[in-house]
Amino acid sequence: MVATPGPSRPPLIELSDVSRTYGSGETEVRALDHTDLIIRQGEFVAVMGPSGSGKSTTMNIIGLLDRPTSGRYLFNGVEVQDLDRDRRALLRRHFLGFVFQGFNLLPRTSALENVELPLIYKGMPRAERIERARAALHKVGLDGREGHDASQLSGGQQQRVAIARALVGEPMVILADEPTGNLDSHRSHEIMRLLQQLNREDGITIVMVTHEDDIAAYARRLVSFADGRIRADAPVPERTPA
Amino acid sequence: MIWETVRLALLALRRNKLRSALTMLGIVIGVAAVIAMVTVGQGSSRSVAASVESLGTNVLSLRPGSRGMGPGPVSTQSARPFSLRDAEALGELSVVKAVSPTVSSTQTVVAGNGNLTTSITGATSGYLEVGGWTVWHGRGFNSAEDRSGASVCIIGATVHKTLFGTADPLGQQLRVGKVSCEVIGLLQAKGAGTFGQDQDELVLMPIRTVQRRLLGNDNVTSISVALAPEVSSQRGAREIEALMRDRRRISGNQANDFSITDRAQIAEVLSGINSVLTGMLSSVAAVSLLVGGIGIMNIMLVSVTERTREIGIRLAVGAESRQVLTQFLVEAVVLSLVGGIIGVIVGLALAFGASLFMAIPFAPQLVIVLLAFGFSALIGVIFGFFPARKAARLDPIDALRHE
Ligand SMILES: Nc1ncnc2c1ncn2[C@@H]1O[C@H](COP(=O)(O)OP(=O)(O)OP(=O)(O)O)[C@@H](O)[C@H]1O
Ligand SMILES: [Mg+2]
Repeated sequence: MVATPGPSRPPLIELSDVSRTYGSGETEVRALDHTDLIIRQGEFVAVMGPSGSGKSTTMNIIGLLDRPTSGRYLFNGVEVQDLDRDRRALLRRHFLGFVFQGFNLLPRTSALENVELPLIYKGMPRAERIERARAALHKVGLDGREGHDASQLSGGQQQRVAIARALVGEPMVILADEPTGNLDSHRSHEIMRLLQQLNREDGITIVMVTHEDDIAAYARRLVSFADGRIRADAPVPERTPA
Repeated sequence: MIWETVRLALLALRRNKLRSALTMLGIVIGVAAVIAMVTVGQGSSRSVAASVESLGTNVLSLRPGSRGMGPGPVSTQSARPFSLRDAEALGELSVVKAVSPTVSSTQTVVAGNGNLTTSITGATSGYLEVGGWTVWHGRGFNSAEDRSGASVCIIGATVHKTLFGTADPLGQQLRVGKVSCEVIGLLQAKGAGTFGQDQDELVLMPIRTVQRRLLGNDNVTSISVALAPEVSSQRGAREIEALMRDRRRISGNQANDFSITDRAQIAEVLSGINSVLTGMLSSVAAVSLLVGGIGIMNIMLVSVTERTREIGIRLAVGAESRQVLTQFLVEAVVLSLVGGIIGVIVGLALAFGASLFMAIPFAPQLVIVLLAFGFSALIGVIFGFFPARKAARLDPIDALRHE
């Protein structure tokens, strides 16, 4: 299925007038400053901007890892900014997948067990978990590496395990904060093709932070941050990336 | 879900084998100490109880010389010894069932190719009755041998084994110092006594024989008396004291120049000391269990800090606080329970070794084992809770960022 996101598709993520400040008084830092952002189902959004401009802050709020200081956040039409810790955990468990710059795999734990992790918290029986985790590893092209742990995998392979972990729970959104930040150019493009495939073939909404134009080029929409505000928001011109 | 958590905890512990082992060490030592102490303590009070029984009830010992209360060495040098006539007079008392006058002399005993230096006891047939001995093979002294200086002897199991091995000793000749005697009886083995001494290293000869041919005098150094049934040791001691004061011509307000001890009392005092000791050692062991628990808390806290990023990952993929809490709690409990199991095994092994060494019964007790077990699980919960709560309260973003 090729998704063509447009105004017809319902908003999945809706931030309205969201601010996030750290500290107070003299030392107050306004990481996110009265920001509005709508992301619809099936979109592939790249987020760019200088260091400290609020990209990660936005991702953490969208990912329900953090709460806005003020403003409203509707996820799939439901207000979530005031949910408590455990309710946010439940939403993350069922609807969100994360890919981090530093891979964040459990140390001394096999690829398969890493991918199984979200399913454990879903309370899925072991046999089914293993089957799904294998399928996810197959999808990211890591057949035969199930038993390897992080120290036995290259950076690109580790990031594939992380992607498998993010997609194994069939999330609506995958949030990727600089997923290629620790990878060389060749591996970066492999990872991007994988994310693009998940977006196009499985209809998973992807929001991705990057500093590189050729990585952002895989997305369909580019949101640019500066000083905690969105400075530009435009479609990425259709082209075939190198 | 709980089995899943236990499985996860086991996996996590296996990933850090060395740390898990070191963490458990405290609990292992604590539990092993408690188990060993209590088991050995039980065994030794059982052996005291057994030796009290083997003394026979209501046995009083008379020794020349005065002494204070309680066990201790007696100075007999200056005191007037007893005589066989004293023993006969005691035997006439209605409160007395049997009388056993003894003397002793340390001699080298030779038979065939074996020899042994040991204490020879000069005794009468009353010895066996008062001491609760049974002749296992052969016979005891007859009344003629009691009164004459016959060259016969009765030996204990240890002496038999040392000198004759498994051969039949009856009719064999023993050389005791410069005297030789014929073995007429072999005593049933008794095992270790109250003080851990070997009661079966025993050679009995008629008291006259020892007096005349080994010691060269008519002295009796000790008289043991078995009281008639239904006679209390107080009443027995009172009548015996009166008779002996009379025979030794001690007037009204003069102190006794002999002493009467109730051997059962000695054993009771000993078993009292024993339980005090067990109590003290057990509380030392309990403290070490507590220290073990603090060790677990310490390591679990370190583990929470070390695994902050892991906790962040778990939270990010949707773990609830409760699930993180349970995982760390279960890890702590599994650690302390496994430590407890190993501790029980080590403790029982130590106690078994000690009971062999001390020649006391091995007395493991299910209650104590279960108690130590439950206690170590409790320690896991109590000392695991604080670190687990710390883990469960971590902020997901901070945890993920943690280096
Ligand atoms: N926990 C925090 N405490 C205090 N200030 C914070 C915290 N997290 C972020 N900030 C501040 O908020 C601002 C935005 O940070 P954010 O991490 O969103 O930037 P970013 O756009 O992701 O930058 P980068 O490209 O370097 O990752 C920065 O000025 C940062 O210093
Ligand atoms: Mg960032």
